[in-house]
Amino acid sequence: MAFSEKDVDYTAALARIHVSEDDKKVFAVQLEHILAYVNKLNELDTQQVEPTAHILPLKNVFRPDTAMKNPASDAAVQQAPYFNDTFYRVPPVIE
Amino acid sequence: MEFEPVIGLEVHVQLNTQSKLFCSCPTNFGAVPNTHVCPVCLGHPGVLPVLNKQAMENAIKCGLALNCSISLFSKFDRKNYFYPDLPKGYQVSQFDKPLCHKGHVTIVDTGVEKIIGVTRVHLEEDAGKLVHAAHGADSGVDFNRGGIPLLEIVSEPDIRTPDEAYLYLTALKAIVEYLGISDCNMEEGSLRCDANVSIRPKGQKQFGTKTEIKNMNSFRGVQKAISYEIERQKDVILSGEKIVQETRLWNDDKGSTFSMRSKEDAHDYRYFPEPDLVPMVVEQKYIDTLRENLPELPFPRMHRFIEQYGLPEYDADILTGDKAFADYYEQCASVCSEYKMISNWMLSDLIREAGARKISFADAPVTPKMLAEMISLISNGTISGKIAKIVFIEMFDSGKTPSKIIEEKGLVQISNPEELQKVISNVVAQHPAVVAEFKAGKEKSIGFLVGQIMKETKGKANPQLVNTLLREALG
Repeated sequence: MAFSEKDVDYTAALARIHVSEDDKKVFAVQLEHILAYVNKLNELDTQQVEPTAHILPLKNVFRPDTAMKNPASDAAVQQAPYFNDTFYRVPPVIE
Repeated sequence: MEFEPVIGLEVHVQLNTQSKLFCSCPTNFGAVPNTHVCPVCLGHPGVLPVLNKQAMENAIKCGLALNCSISLFSKFDRKNYFYPDLPKGYQVSQFDKPLCHKGHVTIVDTGVEKIIGVTRVHLEEDAGKLVHAAHGADSGVDFNRGGIPLLEIVSEPDIRTPDEAYLYLTALKAIVEYLGISDCNMEEGSLRCDANVSIRPKGQKQFGTKTEIKNMNSFRGVQKAISYEIERQKDVILSGEKIVQETRLWNDDKGSTFSMRSKEDAHDYRYFPEPDLVPMVVEQKYIDTLRENLPELPFPRMHRFIEQYGLPEYDADILTGDKAFADYYEQCASVCSEYKMISNWMLSDLIREAGARKISFADAPVTPKMLAEMISLISNGTISGKIAKIVFIEMFDSGKTPSKIIEEKGLVQISNPEELQKVISNVVAQHPAVVAEFKAGKEKSIGFLVGQIMKETKGKANPQLVNTLLREALG
């Protein structure tokens, strides 16, 4: 399974990370190996196997619709890198 | 060349649950920004979301009301993308196993019923709200909305005109309102709509390239945006160019759509099953119980109105398009059997007077009981239809009952023949020329005389009786 530098670019763009030219070459090779390894699964005949949606033997875990204000919402929002005047602040988003 | 538009709508309905989809944060609108938040909806590491059962139930109810099949097995998936209003870097949504699929909505377009297919209805979480500051300044994000349950309702590309799109939205909104599962307020964003629009030469089976139109904030806006987009696409094709598949934003002030930004790479959301949430497995019995407990829905109610009250489809359609309006009608109809008259008064006077005062009919001081009483007073001859107009406005302004207004203002209709005869003789004596005209065969002249009599009696004369007595007097 060929994994080109272009594929590294694409994956990096989806993950919003910057990858240097040197790393790109290394990652292309490494990712190709990883995919080849995982690709072994494709050799199995899974025609009769139902796709797994969840690995735990659980279903229908619910909570009732009761509202409860988080008393520590202040502390939660202060985790943000930049919080000011009741808002999370981000670089200008232009639509 | 004649073109045929092909339109599909994607509607997001915010459910009116008390708490968010996967955490207990409150959902009410208008709170101080970022106070209805917790580690779960902010996507902090190590938290565990748990599904709000009411949200799932509301989604199934909506699916049933839209004639959908309900999935006995359903699950959540992560839709991965980065945007500042999405705290986790993914939205919990549903991909290949939506809660409901394959349904339909019936619309009534100028008397003709048409079925619009519903592809799917699924449950997902809302994103936060971006607040854009002045040019160049940082944007703000409010996560109060993040994690509020949304229903995404996707239609089949069955819609052919902007009017049909409008009717589909109206029908959908009515159904959701009847179910009581959302406030359906487009201004507050509890109902949002995107449109997929393409055109093709008439008769061609294959769809043309579509564009996605966003940013409409009213049903009329959706209708206008689609109209504009159809014309724009025609111009593009007729000038020999190709339609670019893209997202376009509607600008309501300018009345046009413009390209959002050229997205060279298509969306790659890398959906995968949400490992933190376990599947929903519902039993047929549970679905049946929900189905049995559905309220009467707008479309069947419209047909019942036609049958039970003998109303024209036009009246029944408007009356049942809004649950509270239909309830108002039925409260009147339960005490007064002048069914068509009630409808007439509601569809003209009630709407007009409420509109003039910029209030909802539901806030009008005229209660169903008052309107029914007034109509009964017309039908038993106590007041004329003309006087009723005065009474109605007075009811609107003072909130007094019709009988009280009639008594206070002395508006009771004059149905005493002797009393009327006096007025008639006077009028006949004062207008010999007109009388002569009438006698000479000018039928219209009687209208003038009736008018004079009504003027003399300040509109209180019983019109039918005036007519009869006047004709007798003119012999």
